[in-house]
Amino acid sequence: MSLDPAARSGYADHPPRMGFFTDTSVCIGCKACEVACKEWNGVPEDGLELTGMSYDNTQSLGASTWRHVAFIEQIDHPGQPRWLMASDVCKHCTEAGCLDVCPTGALLRTEFGTVVVQDDVCNGCGNCVAACPFGVIGRRETDGGAHKCTLCYDRIGDGLTPACAKACPTESIQFGPLDELRDRAQARLETLHEAGVAGAQLYGEDPGNGIGGAGAFFLLLDEPEVYGLPPDPVVTTRDLPRMWRHVASAAAALAAAALISGLGGRA
Amino acid sequence: MAEAHPVGFQWVMEAKQRGATVIHVDPRFTRTSAHADVYVPIRAGADIAFVGGIINYVLQHDRYFRDYVLAYTNASAVLSEDFADTEDLDGVFSGLDRELRMYDMETWRYQRSEVRAAAGDRTPLRDRFTPQQLRQVRRAARGEAHGSGGGAVDPVHDADETLQHPRCVFQVLKRHFARYTPELVAEVAGVPEETFLRVCELVTANSGRDRTTTFVYSLGWTQHTVGVQYIRTAAILQSLLGNMGRPGGGILALRGHASIQGSTDIPTLFDLLPGYLPMPHAYGNEDLDTYVAAESLSKGFWADTRNYMVSLLKAWWGDTATAGNDFCYAYLPRLTGSHSTYETVLSQLSGVCTGYFLLGQNPAVGSANARMQRMGMASLDWLVVRDFSMIESATWWRDGPEIETEQMRTEDIKTEVFFLPAAAHTEKNGSFTNTQRMLQWHHAAVEPAGDARSDLWFAYHLGRRIRQKLAASSAETDRDRPVLDLTWDYPVRGPLAEPDAEAVLAEVSGWGADRTPLSSYTELNDDGSTSCGCWIYCGVYAGGVNQAARRTPGGTQDWVAADWGWAWPANRRVLYNRASADPDGRPWSDRKALVWWDQATRRWTGHDVPDFIADRPPDYRPAADARGTEAISGTDAFIMQGDGKAWLFAPAGLVDGPLPVHYEPQESPFSNVLHGQQHNPVREVLTHPLNLYQPSGDEPGSEVFPYVATTYRLTEHHTAGGMSRFLPYLAELQPAFFCEVSPELAAERGLEHAGWATIVTARSAIEARVLVTRRIQPLRMRGRVVHQVGLPWHWGPNGLTTGDAANELVHLALDPNVYIQEDKALACDIRPGRRPRGPALLDLVREYRQRAAITLKTGTDT
Amino acid sequence: MKRDEQLMVPAAEFGSYYGRPVIKEPVWGAPAIPGYLFLGGLAGASSPLAAVAEFSGRPGLALAAKTTAAGAIGLSVVALVQDLGRPTRFHHMLRVFKPTSPMSVGSWLLSAYGPAAGAAAACAITGLLPAAGRVATVAAAVTGPAVAAYTAALLADTAVPAWHEAHRELPYLFVSSAATAAGGLGLLLVRPEQAAPARNLALIGATAELTAKSLLLQRLGEVAEPYQSGRAGRLMEAAEILTAAGLTAAAVGGRNRIIAALAGAALVASSAFTRFGIFFAGRMSAGDPRYTVGPQRNRKDRKDRGDRGISPPPAGKPARAPAERGDLAAAR
Ligand SMILES: Nc1nc2c(c(=O)[nH]1)N[C@H]1C(S)=C(S)[C@@H](COP(=O)(O)OP(=O)(O)OC[C@H]3O[C@@H](n4cnc5c(=O)[nH]c(N)nc54)[C@H](O)[C@@H]3O)O[C@H]1N2
Ligand SMILES: Nc1nc2c(c(=O)[nH]1)N[C@H]1C(S)=C(S)[C@@H](COP(=O)(O)OP(=O)(O)OC[C@H]3O[C@@H](n4cnc5c(=O)[nH]c(N)nc54)[C@H](O)[C@@H]3O)O[C@H]1N2
Ligand code: SF4
Ligand code: SF4
Ligand code: SF4
Ligand code: SF4
Ligand code: SF4
Ligand SMILES: [Mo]
Repeated sequence: MSLDPAARSGYADHPPRMGFFTDTSVCIGCKACEVACKEWNGVPEDGLELTGMSYDNTQSLGASTWRHVAFIEQIDHPGQPRWLMASDVCKHCTEAGCLDVCPTGALLRTEFGTVVVQDDVCNGCGNCVAACPFGVIGRRETDGGAHKCTLCYDRIGDGLTPACAKACPTESIQFGPLDELRDRAQARLETLHEAGVAGAQLYGEDPGNGIGGAGAFFLLLDEPEVYGLPPDPVVTTRDLPRMWRHVASAAAALAAAALISGLGGRA
Repeated sequence: MAEAHPVGFQWVMEAKQRGATVIHVDPRFTRTSAHADVYVPIRAGADIAFVGGIINYVLQHDRYFRDYVLAYTNASAVLSEDFADTEDLDGVFSGLDRELRMYDMETWRYQRSEVRAAAGDRTPLRDRFTPQQLRQVRRAARGEAHGSGGGAVDPVHDADETLQHPRCVFQVLKRHFARYTPELVAEVAGVPEETFLRVCELVTANSGRDRTTTFVYSLGWTQHTVGVQYIRTAAILQSLLGNMGRPGGGILALRGHASIQGSTDIPTLFDLLPGYLPMPHAYGNEDLDTYVAAESLSKGFWADTRNYMVSLLKAWWGDTATAGNDFCYAYLPRLTGSHSTYETVLSQLSGVCTGYFLLGQNPAVGSANARMQRMGMASLDWLVVRDFSMIESATWWRDGPEIETEQMRTEDIKTEVFFLPAAAHTEKNGSFTNTQRMLQWHHAAVEPAGDARSDLWFAYHLGRRIRQKLAASSAETDRDRPVLDLTWDYPVRGPLAEPDAEAVLAEVSGWGADRTPLSSYTELNDDGSTSCGCWIYCGVYAGGVNQAARRTPGGTQDWVAADWGWAWPANRRVLYNRASADPDGRPWSDRKALVWWDQATRRWTGHDVPDFIADRPPDYRPAADARGTEAISGTDAFIMQGDGKAWLFAPAGLVDGPLPVHYEPQESPFSNVLHGQQHNPVREVLTHPLNLYQPSGDEPGSEVFPYVATTYRLTEHHTAGGMSRFLPYLAELQPAFFCEVSPELAAERGLEHAGWATIVTARSAIEARVLVTRRIQPLRMRGRVVHQVGLPWHWGPNGLTTGDAANELVHLALDPNVYIQEDKALACDIRPGRRPRGPALLDLVREYRQRAAITLKTGTDT
Repeated sequence: MKRDEQLMVPAAEFGSYYGRPVIKEPVWGAPAIPGYLFLGGLAGASSPLAAVAEFSGRPGLALAAKTTAAGAIGLSVVALVQDLGRPTRFHHMLRVFKPTSPMSVGSWLLSAYGPAAGAAAACAITGLLPAAGRVATVAAAVTGPAVAAYTAALLADTAVPAWHEAHRELPYLFVSSAATAAGGLGLLLVRPEQAAPARNLALIGATAELTAKSLLLQRLGEVAEPYQSGRAGRLMEAAEILTAAGLTAAAVGGRNRIIAALAGAALVASSAFTRFGIFFAGRMSAGDPRYTVGPQRNRKDRKDRGDRGISPPPAGKPARAPAERGDLAAAR
C-alpha cells in the first residue's frame, strides 16, 4: 500500500509526507502540547469539569481539543508501578474516513499528505464525525463546524514545526518526514525491547493496517485500548463498494417489489 | 521535577536515554516517579533520616572517595574539646540556650593549637554584646547570608590526615550517623529496607573516579523547619562520594519562579545585599570597617568583601560615595532582627507596619497561614498590588473568606487598596537567572496593553517622583540624602518612557574609572575606582556586550556550551570545578575531565572556566600568615570557604547545628525515635492567636490530627494561581482543587472518589474534591500505617477555577536559617463532605482545637 | 462502570480508557435524522408505488402516493438541513460530487428526485400538464428506490459499529422498511378497492423487513446487543410487534376499510420505530467502547495468531488470556 496519499490526491510535485511520531514512553504528561495547540490555533476552552480520570480532565479529542493527553495509573503493574501518559492527535490517515465521507469537500488532503478541514466550506453535516474510526474530529457547538488537528498546516507550510511538537519538552512528539519518523520509531522500539520494556509496540504505522498507515503514529507501552485507541481500526470506506452494491440491489428490489405489487390487474 | 520543571526535565529524560539511573524520592508517586527507575516512597518530613542513612552506609562500608575526601573536605579537621554532639546530649548540640532559643556556636569550632596572627581577627560578637542583642543578630538570618561562603572559620587548625583522631570530623561524622541504619530509616521514614539498600548500592556504585551522581532537590527538601539541614545532609554525602565540583555531580537546587535565583542574587530578601553581602546589622556593623571586619573571611575570596561592598556603594551613590564618607556606607539601612515576610505580617497585625507593596506576590493564597496574611493586610493603611490578574490579595476586602465567616466586614476595613496592572515578561526586556546561575536575556515582544507597566518602569518612575518631591521639600535635611544622592539616571525609551533594562544590567555588571565595562570581579577595588551593582554578576556586560543575550545554539559549540547566556561568576558553569582534578591537577578520570593544570603553560585550563586562581599550581602552599586569596593553597578547591574545604561538618554559618539531625516536623503524628528532642530546638515559632500549633508525637491531643499532609504543585497551575487560574487553557486542565488520598485512607474515612472532603488543622478547615489513587501509598512504620494527604495548593476564590487555598491550613513555623515555612509536612484530619459555611466553619475548627486542648503554648517548646 | 460509581482512579486492567467511547457518537440528532430516514424511505418507496398505481389505473392511490412522496421528501429535506451545524451553508452539499460520500451521492439523488416527486404531485393535484406529470412520475419512480436505499450506506459508511457492521443487511432492511411505510400509508389513506398494490407492497415489505432484521441480528453477534437493549431495543421490539400485527391484519383483513387503515397505521409506525431504533442503536454502540474494541480486538488477535501460526506472542509482549483482556463487562 502506498504511503503517498498526496500523489493519489493529484499533487504531482509535492513535498515529502509529513507527520508525527509520538513516543509515549518519554511523555511526562505536562500537557504543553495541548496548551500550545490551543494557543496557536485559537481553539476555545473545552469545559471545567473534574473527571476523576487521574490527571486527565480533557477526556478526549474533539472539536475543541486537538491534542489530548491520556493518563493511566497502573500502580500494580508487575515489576514496577506505572503511570502511562500519552498525547493523542488526529492520525492523518492514509485512507481517511473523514475525508472520504465529507460531502462538501471541506476536508481535503494537503500536499504534505495531511488531512485538513476548510472551515469556510464545511456546512456542519457531521458525516466526518461518524466516520472517523478514532473519534478524532468533532463538531463544535458554538460554530456548528467540524474541527480537528490541521497538523499546523499554516506552520509547516512556512517550514515551522507544529506548535505541539515545538512545545513538547521531551521530544515525545516528533515531527518530520514520515519515512524518517518510521525509521526512528523502529530503532526506538528495538531499544525498548532490548531494555525489556514489556508491551512496547508501534501503533498505526503499518501501511498494511486498516487505514493504510497513519501519518501520525505512536509508540505505546500497552495495548491501544488501554489508551482509548481502537485496536484494529479499518477505514469505513473500504467496505463502501460492497455497500453501494447492496444499496443498488436493494433499490432494485424495491422497484421490483413495487412492480410486483401492481400486478393483478387494474382496479 | 517533571511536574514543576518540565522543561528542565527533558535533560533528565535525555540522561536516562543515555543510560542514567533515575531515582525519585517523594511521598507521592508523581509524573516524575513515572519516569524514574527507582521510586522511593517516603514519609513527608523524614529525608534527613533517609539521606543520613546513606551517609551511614557509605561510612560503614567504606564507600567514600578517600583521596577526594582527604584532599578537599574538612574530614581531617579536629574539633574543639568543647563540642558535644546530639548523640551525647539526646538530640541537641553543645551551646544551646533554651531560653533564648539559640545556639552559641563557639563550641563547634575547629581545635587550633597554634595562635594565629591577630591582625584583622574579629572580636567575637558575644564578647561585645548582650545575649539579647546577639539573638537579634542571629534572627537576622545570618545563616543565609553566609550560605554562599560558610561562616568564619580558622583556616589554620589541627588536623589528622589518618582520620583516626576521635575528635576529627570524619570520626565525629561516623559516630553521629551510626544509628541511621536501614532499620531506622524504615522506622522513621517508612522507606522499605530493600528499596533503601538498592538506593545505597546505586548511588555508591555510580560515584568515584569514573562516575558521578547528582542530587536534585526543591521544595520537598527546603520547606521544613530543618530545611537547610536537609540540603546539608546531601552536601555531606556528595562530598564523601567525591561528587562536588565535578561534571555530572553536585547538588542542583531547582529554583522557583522564572528568576527566583536572580531574586536571591540581587535580592528581594531583607537580610541580603546584592551578591550575598550581608545586610548591615545595627549591632556589629557600625561602619564600613567593622562591617568588613565582621563579614569578610581572612582566607579565600570572601577576604575581598571590601572590594565588593565599596563597588556596590559606588554603583548606588556614584560620585557622592568617597573614601572620606565611608562610601556612603551610613546610607544603608540596618537590621535590628528578622524582617522576614512573616515577621512583617506580625508587625502589620500589631500596627507597626502600615503600608505594603505587593509586586508579583499573592500572599492571600500563596503564603502559609493565609488567613493571618489577610488579617495582616486588613490592618494596613494602604496596600499597593501590582499584578496582571485580580488576585485574591487585591480583593480579600470584598470577597475574602473572612467576609464569609464574618470575621471582617468590608465597611470596617480601613485599608486603602490600589491595584496597578503589571506588564508581563513578554512585554518587557530583562534577564532571568535560572537554576544553574545562568542569566538569559528576554526581549519584549509587544508593548504592554492599557495601563500596564513593567516593574522597572514602576520602580524607576516612582523613585523619580519621590526624588522630585524630596528635592523640593527637604533638599537641605540629611534625612533624605540617601534617596537624593542615588544614581538615578537611567535612559528611557519609547512612548511609555520605559527605562533601558540594559543600562541597569551594565550598572550591575560594573565599570572602572572611565566607565569601561569590567569583565571579572577580580578587577574590583576598594578605593572607589570601580563600581559594580552585584559583584558576582561582574562581567555580564563585559566588553559593553550583553553577555546574557548570547544565543549560540548548543549544536554549534562544545558540551559545556559556554556561549549560551552567561553564568555567574565569570561565566563558569560548574562551581568549585578545581575539585574535578586530583590534588596534582590531573582529572580524576578521562571520562570526567573538566578542568586541569597544564604544566606547560603553568595555568589551569579545561572545558569550563576554571574556578581557581588561574596560575596557582597544585603544589602551592601558602605561608602561615598568608591572607585572602594568597592563603588559598593549590588544593583548596572550595575557594569561597574560609578554609578552602568542603564541609562535612559546618563549624560556623548554620544557626541550628553543625551536622544534620532528624527532627520531627513542627506537627507530626510521631515522636522522634532518635532522640528525646522532638523538634529542631531553635526553629522559629511565631506565637499568635491566629497561628496556633497542634500537639505532636506523644503529646495528648495529637491523635486529633492523625494524618500527614503535604502541599505541592501541579504542572498545570502556577503557585498562587494568578498566572493559571485566570487562563482558560490552564484552568480547564485542572479545573478543581482536589486532595489525593490512598484507597485505604478513603475506606478508613469514607471518602468518595470525585466527591468532597474537608481537611482540618488548628488554623482552619478547607474543602477539596477527592482523588482516590494508588499513587498515594500508605506507609508502614513502627507497627503503624501512616496515611498521607496530598494537597496541590494553587487554588483560591478568584479566577476561572476556584477552590479553597491549602495555605489556610499551614502554620508559620520556620527554618531558623532562612525563614522558610514548613509547607511540606503538617498533621491534619480529613473527613468526608464539604466544609461548613459562614461562621460555622470557625465553630468546627474551634471544636477541633478544644478536642486537642490547644493553647497558645502548644507546640512552642524548644 | 459509571464515573460516579468509581471508588478511585481505576486501574487499567480492562480494555478501555475509563469506559469512555473510542469513537464519537454521531452528532446527528433525533428526531431530525431518524425522521429523515423514515420520511426519505416513505417518499422513495411511495414514488414507484405511485407509478404502479397510475399505470394500473388506480388514480386515488397514485394521487395519495405522489402527495405522500412529495410531502415526505419535502419534510425530510427540512429535517436534514435543520440538522446541519451550519444550515445556511446547506448548498455546499452540491459543491462536489463524491462517490465515496453517501451523503454527497444522496444530495445529488435528492436534487434529482425531489423536483421529480414534487412535479409529479403538483401535476396530479392540479391536473395540469398531464404529460409532464407522467414523465415526472416515472422519473420519481426510478430515482425513489435509490433515495430509499442510499441512506443505508449513509449510516453504514461510518465507524459506528452497529451501523457499519450491518452494512450488508441495512440496505435491504431500509428498502423493506420503506416499502412497509409506503404500503402502510397507502392502506391508511386509500379505499381498499384501490389499495391492492399498497397492500401487496406492505406485505412484501413487512415480510422482508422481519427477515432482514433477524438476519442482521444474527450476523452482528456482539454488536447486535445495542439493537436489543435500552431505548433502541424497545423501539425495535415495538416495531417488530407493529410490523407483525400490521402484516397479519393486512393479510387477513386488508379488504376491510377499518382494519386496512389500522394495519396501515401500524405499518407506518413500525417503519418509523425501526428507523429510530436503528438510529439509537448506532448511537449507543458508538457510546460504549465495548462495541468498538471488542470486535476489533478479536479480529486483531485472530490476525496476530494467524500471522504467527498460533506461536507464542513476541518478546516483550505479555500473553493475555482472552478472558483477562476481554472482560469488557468491567468497562461498563
Ligand atoms: N508547573 C509549575 N511549575 C512550577 C511552579 C508551579 O507552581 N507550577 N512553581 C515554581 C516554584 S515557585 C518553585 S519554588 C518550584 C518548586 O518545585 P518543586 O519543589 O518540585 O515543587 P513542589 O511540588 O512544591 O514539591 C515537590 C515535591 O516534594 C514532595 N514532597 C513533599 N514533602 C516532601 C518531603 O518531606 N520529602 C520529599 N523528598 N519530598 C516531599 C511533593 O510530594 C512534591 O512532589 O517549582 C517552580 N515551577
Ligand atoms: N502550601 C504551600 N505554600 C507555598 C508553597 C508550597 O509549596 N506550599 N510554595 C511557596 C513558594 S516556593 C513560592 S515561590 C510562593 C509563591 O507564592 P506567590 O509569589 O505569592 O504566588 P504567585 O502566584 O507566584 O504570585 C506571583 C504573582 O505575580 C504576578 N506576576 C507575574 N509576573 C509579574 C511581573 O512581571 N510583575 C508583577 N508585578 N507581577 C507579576 C502573577 O500574576 C502572580 O499573581 O508560594 C509559597 N507558598
Ligand atoms: S484520524 Fe479521523 S479525523 Fe484524522 S484523518 Fe483519520 S479519519 Fe480523519
Ligand atoms: S461536517 Fe464539515 S468537514 Fe465534516 S463531513 Fe460535513 S462538511 Fe465535511
Ligand atoms: S499539529 Fe498543530 S493543530 Fe495539530 S495538534 Fe499539533 S498544534 Fe494542534
Ligand atoms: S508536551 Fe510532550 S511530554 Fe508534554 S504531555 Fe505533550 S507529549 Fe507529553
Ligand atoms: S514555565 Fe517556563 S520556566 Fe517553567 S518549565 Fe515551563 S518554560 Fe521553563
Ligand atoms: Mo518558589
